[in-house]
Amino acid sequence: MKIGILAVQGAFAEHEQMLEQLGAEYIELRKCEDVRQSYDGLILPGGESTVQGKLMRELDMFDTIQSQIKNGMPVLATCAGAILLAQQLSNDAATHLATLPAVVRRNAYGRQLGSFSVDEQIEGIGTFPMRFIRAPYIEKVLDDTKVLAKVDGNIVMVENKNQLAMSFHPELTSDTRIHEMFLKKI
Amino acid sequence: MANENAKNRYELNKELAQMLKGGVIMDVTTPEQARIAQEAGACAVMALERIPADIRAAGGVARMSDPKMIKGIQEAVTIPVMAKCRIGHFAEAQILEAIEIDYIDESEVLSPADDVYHIDKHKFSVPFVCGAKDLGEALRRINEGASMIRTKGEPGTGDVVQAVRHMRKMNSEMARLVSMREDELFQAAKELQVPYDLVLYVHENGKLPVVNFAAGGVATPADAALMMQLGAEGVFVGSGIFKSGNPAKRAAAIVKAVANFTDAKLIAELSEDLGEAMVGINEQEIELLMAERGK
Repeated sequence: MKIGILAVQGAFAEHEQMLEQLGAEYIELRKCEDVRQSYDGLILPGGESTVQGKLMRELDMFDTIQSQIKNGMPVLATCAGAILLAQQLSNDAATHLATLPAVVRRNAYGRQLGSFSVDEQIEGIGTFPMRFIRAPYIEKVLDDTKVLAKVDGNIVMVENKNQLAMSFHPELTSDTRIHEMFLKKI
Repeated sequence: MANENAKNRYELNKELAQMLKGGVIMDVTTPEQARIAQEAGACAVMALERIPADIRAAGGVARMSDPKMIKGIQEAVTIPVMAKCRIGHFAEAQILEAIEIDYIDESEVLSPADDVYHIDKHKFSVPFVCGAKDLGEALRRINEGASMIRTKGEPGTGDVVQAVRHMRKMNSEMARLVSMREDELFQAAKELQVPYDLVLYVHENGKLPVVNFAAGGVATPADAALMMQLGAEGVFVGSGIFKSGNPAKRAAAIVKAVANFTDAKLIAELSEDLGEAMVGINEQEIELLMAERGK
């Protein structure tokens, strides 16, 4: 089993450490040759979605990654990754991969002073330490997208078949349960 | 409880720096430049009234920028906005916190307000990035509450030599700590003038406890790739972009070079037809060494 991690900008090294702990192999996706290699799952890490979306396009990875997800490849998306996946952004006309039937609000908690952490329930997992860094949240789920977690009434984690997206950062904690849940999809 | 909160806030602030990794932070002086920077792929912008090259040319006292100008830039972009305050000027830092800046750079580029004390950054909820020429300086800033470090390369010169020197020095000093026996670390802490627990952290992890960017004199995609290969986790570009012939193209090229910093073939393509680079000044020609401000 091998995971491709989008590694053009952001906190991808933290996901790599998680996978190492769980004994899963990975490769870094930085340019078009990388996405033509064979791998069984995708991770879209935290960082700046504007930068990642632009580089994914300009380094010729966008179409391949989008069709991999549409063809059912399991994907784990954290924070900026969830913005990349969203079918619609409520406060931005641009969208990116647009494979996840959900409406996501960027910078939903404001600037860095609005960043916070909280322990909340995730369906099927239990209480989980959630860290929100200039985070988005999911304003609305569409079609058959399922809500897995809410904080103060706002949706922060969803699942739609092969796609798992959240507005917080499990890769910044020592809790591997979400990564395990993702690897089980493969 | 208050203590726990402060500790968690510091963790959240270090984590924002983690999200900036592999990215380029660009100096901008207007909302228009900020939009160009964001379009080009900047992961954050540094809002300031004049870029370092112009501060250097104008001389005189350089201070924190007009909050109104910073707010204009905050409204123009969705990426994090940073701003500079003078070394030791905690009142300027309080103002920047009041306008909800995402990161404060306690910067040697501005005229120091205090020639002895840096700001006690633990007193603030917003994060700070500070410059460092060597490991001792980096750990002293971290001890004061900095949640991100950058090299202190000579700003506004377009000459990367000092950023290279600082990054290499920090790396070799960290390698030395890693190689030491544990009973030698107490003496190392004394020599570096830093607390033992930070020395122990570097000994055990081989890196700083916070993210470390390159800054000062980066003007080309190759400069950015050089700093990344030397171990920088991202790059600040100051005067290099908006003092060049084609800012948008150069900015985008530097962003891609940082994302693929070992791919010489790609960086060769990126380096073509960028127009004129900033003219720059050599280290020997400089009258004012800003890196010597604050130690």
